[in-house]
Amino acid sequence: MCDTCGCNITSGNRHLTHDAAGRKGHVVEVLEDLLAANNRTAAHNRAHFNEHGVLVINLMSSPGAGKTALLEATIDALGGTYNIAVIEGDLETENDAQRIRARGVSAIQITTGTACHLDAHLVHRALHELPLAGLDLLFIENVGNLVCPASFDLGQHRNVVLLSATEGDDKPSKYPVMFRAADAVVLSKADLLPVLEDFDPQRADRAMRALGRDVPIIHTAARRIPDLAAWLAWLQETLSSHRESRDYASAQAAMRSRALLNPSLGPIEL
Amino acid sequence: MHELAICQALLDQVDGVVRANGAAAVQEIVVAVGPLSGVEPTLLAEAFALARRGACTNAELHLETAAITITCAVCGEHSECAANALVCRHCGASDTHLVSGDELMLLRVRLETKSQPAPN
Repeated sequence: MCDTCGCNITSGNRHLTHDAAGRKGHVVEVLEDLLAANNRTAAHNRAHFNEHGVLVINLMSSPGAGKTALLEATIDALGGTYNIAVIEGDLETENDAQRIRARGVSAIQITTGTACHLDAHLVHRALHELPLAGLDLLFIENVGNLVCPASFDLGQHRNVVLLSATEGDDKPSKYPVMFRAADAVVLSKADLLPVLEDFDPQRADRAMRALGRDVPIIHTAARRIPDLAAWLAWLQETLSSHRESRDYASAQAAMRSRALLNPSLGPIEL
Repeated sequence: MHELAICQALLDQVDGVVRANGAAAVQEIVVAVGPLSGVEPTLLAEAFALARRGACTNAELHLETAAITITCAVCGEHSECAANALVCRHCGASDTHLVSGDELMLLRVRLETKSQPAPN
């Protein structure tokens, strides 16, 4: 018998019903991810993306690494081949969305106020303003930050983290959570490498390997004389392999069978 | 600082447990926070002190951190390692799988029931 209150709890299980101060309580085991609500919305977003056959890429980096410039150059190079749209995340201003719209592509700006990251709910809300039908590629440009955005699944298919040549080559070692989340790393502003002697791409490569991640490190230059060949090849290869994936195929099959059963039904409701 | 957003999610989750169990208040919340979860335990604790409300107003938050451990895909050995050096301590390979260290999980809550049964 418990010698604190006289209940029938054995001493081995006492910690389950009494706290350190001896207060009695009922312990409920939960074992649920703290981000479960976000992850459910992210899964919903992903199902929606799969139904429309759009590949979604979450771009993350520190502020000023060149996410918007990379998108502008990508739209210039691929806009004639693929239907592209962009969701922009910033604390304030429509500036980045306006830069993208100037390229003739739909862009939805999410302003987060003081929040340092996008989450699945914010992206879900943005999807209400963005028709996905006919899209091939949707880029989500996350808030410039190498810490917080890594924790939040948005429903994307791939994470791309930019590391610009004007930053340190040890960024992957300093921000392991962010760089571990990367499916590909873009070494942006690579045309500046010859004049930036402090940045050693091999050191950046070794720092990535030390995170146990064997992902491509893609050199790009988006300004003056753009060099996007490796990046565009990665995008096209990723789009093809995505369309061969099982998740994509089953979402497409589900949509076709729903359409056969009831032709008036559209894609799943947001 | 996204710890406040995560703290709000934690409080929503605990509110769900409180409702499901018809509890009056929460005495203790136990959360696992791995070094690779992207959440700083001290900031989460500070955010909790600011954000706690309702049934959680007087709850204590306990954070459990687990070591980062990996399994090597080359030699199969286990290693404990630092957050930015997930390489096998035995053979040096970087082809490794994370076993623990990225947890961010509500483990359990201790509830104060509305009418405590009389002691036996």
